[in-house]
Amino acid sequence: MRIINRTLSRRAAILLGSIPFALLIGAYAIASHLRRIDNPADKLLPSLGSMGDAIWRMGFEADKRSGDYLLWLDTVDSLSRLAVGIFISTLLAIGLGISIGFIPHIRRGLAPFVATLSLIPPITILPILFIIFGLGETSKVMLITIGTAPVMIRCVSQAVMEIPRELIIKAETLGASTWQMITRVVLPQVMPKLITAIRLGLVPAWIFLISAEAIASTSGLGYRIFLVRRYLAMDVILPYVAWITLLAFILDRLLLMASRRAFPWNHLSGDSL
Amino acid sequence: MRDPKFMIRNLSKSYGEYPVLERINLDIEAGAFCTLVGASGCGKSTFLRMLLSQELPSGGNILMDGVPLPQQPTPDRGIVFQRYSVFPHLTVAENLTIGAEFAARKLTGRLFGRARKKARDDIAELLETIGLSPAANKYPSQLSGGMQQRLAIAQALTMKPGVLLLDEPFGALDPGIRNDMHELLLGLWKAHDMTIFMVTHDIHEAFKLGTRMLVFDKLRDDPVTPEAYGATITYDLPIDLSTAPLPGANGETDETDGINFSAALMATMPVP
Repeated sequence: MRIINRTLSRRAAILLGSIPFALLIGAYAIASHLRRIDNPADKLLPSLGSMGDAIWRMGFEADKRSGDYLLWLDTVDSLSRLAVGIFISTLLAIGLGISIGFIPHIRRGLAPFVATLSLIPPITILPILFIIFGLGETSKVMLITIGTAPVMIRCVSQAVMEIPRELIIKAETLGASTWQMITRVVLPQVMPKLITAIRLGLVPAWIFLISAEAIASTSGLGYRIFLVRRYLAMDVILPYVAWITLLAFILDRLLLMASRRAFPWNHLSGDSL
Repeated sequence: MRDPKFMIRNLSKSYGEYPVLERINLDIEAGAFCTLVGASGCGKSTFLRMLLSQELPSGGNILMDGVPLPQQPTPDRGIVFQRYSVFPHLTVAENLTIGAEFAARKLTGRLFGRARKKARDDIAELLETIGLSPAANKYPSQLSGGMQQRLAIAQALTMKPGVLLLDEPFGALDPGIRNDMHELLLGLWKAHDMTIFMVTHDIHEAFKLGTRMLVFDKLRDDPVTPEAYGATITYDLPIDLSTAPLPGANGETDETDGINFSAALMATMPVP
C-alpha cells in the first residue's frame, strides 16, 4: 500500500510524535555527560539533574532576598502583559478589521495606512515607547499591541473580504441593515479566522514581550533569562526556555480547542494544524 | 388588464467598453415563471443580477410595479444562488428565522426567549414542506447538496417576496434530485403567487418549469471583434405546458449546450 494511504492508530501517532523530543533530550544528555567528564564544573551544558534542582529552587523555594517564588511570579507577570497586549490587539482587529474589510469608504481610507504601519519593525519603536511611556507596564503592553495589531487587522479584513458575496447579497434580500450584517453574518463568519489571527499573533507577541522585559523590567520570564545570563546560569535559562515554549504551546492548543468548541460549523470538514 | 409586474425598456449593460447586454425591451406579467436560457457568457446571469439590483444597468431602466427598481437588493426580491446561498454558521432553523430576526430587532438582529420560540414555530410548516424538519438543528455543511438548495429556496421565501430569482439553482445537483426540486419549486410557486426568473443551462428544465422562456443570444456578430456587440433576448416564447414540444424529450440528450441549443430552437420554432 502507498504510504500516503496508510493511517495509524492514536497510540502509534503519539509514539511517533514523541520520537524527535526523545532524541533531542537524549542527545543533550549525552553531550552534557561528555562535557562533564572533561570538566565536572561545566556550566554550558548542565546535567538534567542540576536543571531539575534549578527548577525546584526557582519554583518551590522562596527567594532569599524578596521572599517570592520567582518562576511563578515571572510567569504571572509575563502572561498578564501578553494577555493585555493581545486583548487590545484583538479588539482592534475586530473593530478595524471588520470595518476595513466590509465598508468600502473605511477600506479606502485606512487600508494603506494600516499596511504601512504593519511594515514598521516594532522593535524600532521600543525606544520611543520607553521615552513616552516610561519603563513601566504600558510600554511593554504597547509594544506587543503595536507588533501584533496591524497584522491581525489585515488578517481579519482579508477574511471579511473573502466571505462569498452571495452571502452578503442574501442577507440584504432578507432585509438586513449594514450593522445587522456585521453582527449576524460578518462577525460570526470571521470569528474562527480571528482565533487563527490571535494564534499567529502570539508568535511575535512572545518575541516582543521577551525583548521588552530583557531591556527594561524587574520581573518576567524574559527579565529572568537575561538577568541570570550574567552568571552563565544555563541550568536556569534552559528550563525557562522550555517553560516559555510549553506555555506558548498550551495557549495555542487552548485557542484551537476554543475555536472547535465555539464554531463547530467551521471545523466540520478538513483537517487543521 | 393590470399593469405588468416588470417593464424593461431599452436595457443595456456593459463592462468598460465591452457591451454584455443591449436593447432589451420586455414586459413581464405578475405570476409568470420565466426561464432564462442561452450560451455561457451571453449575459443571462447579468440580467438576473440587474433584476436583483446586485448590478445596475448601464442604460435603460427596469420598472417593478410601475416604479424604478431600488439601487440595492431589497426583501421584495428573493434570491437563490447555485452555491453559497445559505449561512454556514447558522443551523437550518436559524437560517430560516434570521429574516424575521432582522425585521424584529434593529439593533441586535437576534431574538431571545419566547420571541425566538415563536419565530421557530412560525417556520415549522416551511421546514415540513421542504422535508428538513428532522435536520432543523444541523449545519448546512452536514446536509446534501439537494437539501442545501431546498433550504436556500425556503430561506428566500421567508420574506414572502413577490419575485423569486434563481441563478442555476439546480446546476450542481443529480438529475434525480433535480426532479424532486422541480416539484417542490412548482408547488411553492403556485402556493406563494410569485413571479419567478430562473437561469438554467438545462433546456428540459426550462421547458418543464417555465410559462415563458427568454432566450439570450447575440443578434449582431462582428467576426473580427466578437466582443463588439452585446447579447439581447432573441426569443421570447410563451410555453403552453399542455402542448409544448420538447426537443429531444425522449431523453436522448439530458443537457443541451447553449450554443447548439439556439440552433435547435430555430429548427423547431417559427421565428416570432
